[in-house]
Amino acid sequence: MNLMVISLKAIMISGRTLGQGATCEAKMSPEFFRATSTCSLADSDYDALGIPEDGNVLVRNGFGEVVVSAKRDGGLPPGLIFIPMGPWANAVVGPETGGCGTPLFKGVEVEVARTDRRVKGVRELFADLPPEGPA
Amino acid sequence: MIVEDVLCPFCGCLCDDVKVEVEEGKIVGVKRACRLGSSKILGHERTAAPMVRGDGELVETTYEEAYDRAARILKEAKRPLLYGWCSTVCETAKLGILLAEEVGGVVDSTATVCHGPSIIGIEEKGMAGATLGQIKNRADLIVFWGANPAEAHPRHTGRYSSNARGMFTPEGRGGRKVIVVDVRETRTAKNADKFILIRPGTDYEVLSALRMIVKGKGEIVPETVAGVAKSDLEEAAAMMMAAKFGVVLIGLGLTHSRGRYKNVDNALSLVADLNGFTKFVVMAMRGHYNVAGFGQVCAWSTGFPMAVDLSRGAPYFNPGETAACDLLARKEADALMVVAADPASNFPRATVEAMAEIPVIQIDPFPNPTTLLADVVIPTAVCGIEAEGTAYRMDGLSLRMKKVVDSPYPTDEEAVREILDRVRRLGDDN
Repeated sequence: MNLMVISLKAIMISGRTLGQGATCEAKMSPEFFRATSTCSLADSDYDALGIPEDGNVLVRNGFGEVVVSAKRDGGLPPGLIFIPMGPWANAVVGPETGGCGTPLFKGVEVEVARTDRRVKGVRELFADLPPEGPA
Repeated sequence: MIVEDVLCPFCGCLCDDVKVEVEEGKIVGVKRACRLGSSKILGHERTAAPMVRGDGELVETTYEEAYDRAARILKEAKRPLLYGWCSTVCETAKLGILLAEEVGGVVDSTATVCHGPSIIGIEEKGMAGATLGQIKNRADLIVFWGANPAEAHPRHTGRYSSNARGMFTPEGRGGRKVIVVDVRETRTAKNADKFILIRPGTDYEVLSALRMIVKGKGEIVPETVAGVAKSDLEEAAAMMMAAKFGVVLIGLGLTHSRGRYKNVDNALSLVADLNGFTKFVVMAMRGHYNVAGFGQVCAWSTGFPMAVDLSRGAPYFNPGETAACDLLARKEADALMVVAADPASNFPRATVEAMAEIPVIQIDPFPNPTTLLADVVIPTAVCGIEAEGTAYRMDGLSLRMKKVVDSPYPTDEEAVREILDRVRRLGDDN
């Protein structure tokens, strides 16, 4: 099976959800992983990408890329995707703060594609960042 | 035993009517809190003991050793950053600001990745504010702009805003009108009398069009603005002007999008314009339960609400330069102390990569991705459950948080004080 069949350009917004919020003090738990490593798409985008049931999407831009599980959200207009706030969403958020200290966590231009790659767990997301070590 | 009137240590609603059931010193039940608050009060996995990193691995140690190591890191750093402070009480914040001053560091809060732009907008424009009690008792029009309390502040609508029954609003939801402006149809939008769907990053344009209509210049507004029909904007403006007491509740849809603090500035300007016709107020829907409190403490102690550089002999505030994300992304900070926050999860990836290159001290009850990058981990009691203290609700009302159960952990306040004392002693030794 192809890694990527088609992709579409989209705008990503991130934010609080009930599931993310209820597990945000338990970030090393499977519940936080399930609640936060997801990407909601409009029905038409979900269908256009040919995402299978319980399928994943690759979301990427110049800042980075991340694999997240896909789900439908009838409240989203086409071309807009939503990822709960957290390390998966922030993989594609840039560091620029526009002179006010706050990165653009919403309105991020991304490319979304169906993928067979699996979603990384929270420890895996940080595995390539060796901490500096004791002073 | 049931402990009554517990304050919920989750969001800026700071609900003060929660009932907690305690058996043999353990919390076994929670009533009235929402899913977010209940989850935190019932508890999660804790960091068992203090840890320091040796040979790449975190190894358990004593609190004394962890405090010593933390003090040494901060003392030896040239540009230490002390960040977080919003899921802890004001007493911790006060000591944290003192510690930042002692080590010549920068102190910043999670506001800078949240409603920081709202604070900057308020500094630019000024704000017609109110308490949540005034909104509950008087507001007949509620506007949620880029805010989704159904998921982020689940009891807000029932206790304080659209669905609350107050002294002059006895009909609750039936006696109020609700407008929701958002880029998607959220659960909050489903509760609206009028939902205005805007394109992402166009809040400023839509606010400007509404202001023009309110100020009688509607004839020069184009037929559509950012995908919104002019007739929808005229209807919304008419609803606002017809209100006896209106409120705009602003969310991160404004602060996290293109325009950022200028979006908030424009929302405040709309509210100022509406006050030419009727009573209108505005409030930021603050996220963490005491993010407002850190802003208060920082403002009365340094003159600024966040992102304060204390290395110059006098406090200096220039967000974009002195905010946590900027200091890290520029690789200027050479040590990071995180108290009651999780920047590894909540900062952009490139900023987190900079965190991994410097020593990180974490003071927090819970393990999280910041723990994975930390060199010193100091577990503490959960404020509002295992430790008392002062917190500020999103409307600026200060409330006393209770200690509900005992804890084997030190409080955040004690941990910061231990490090502050050691830093001062290191200074004396030099």
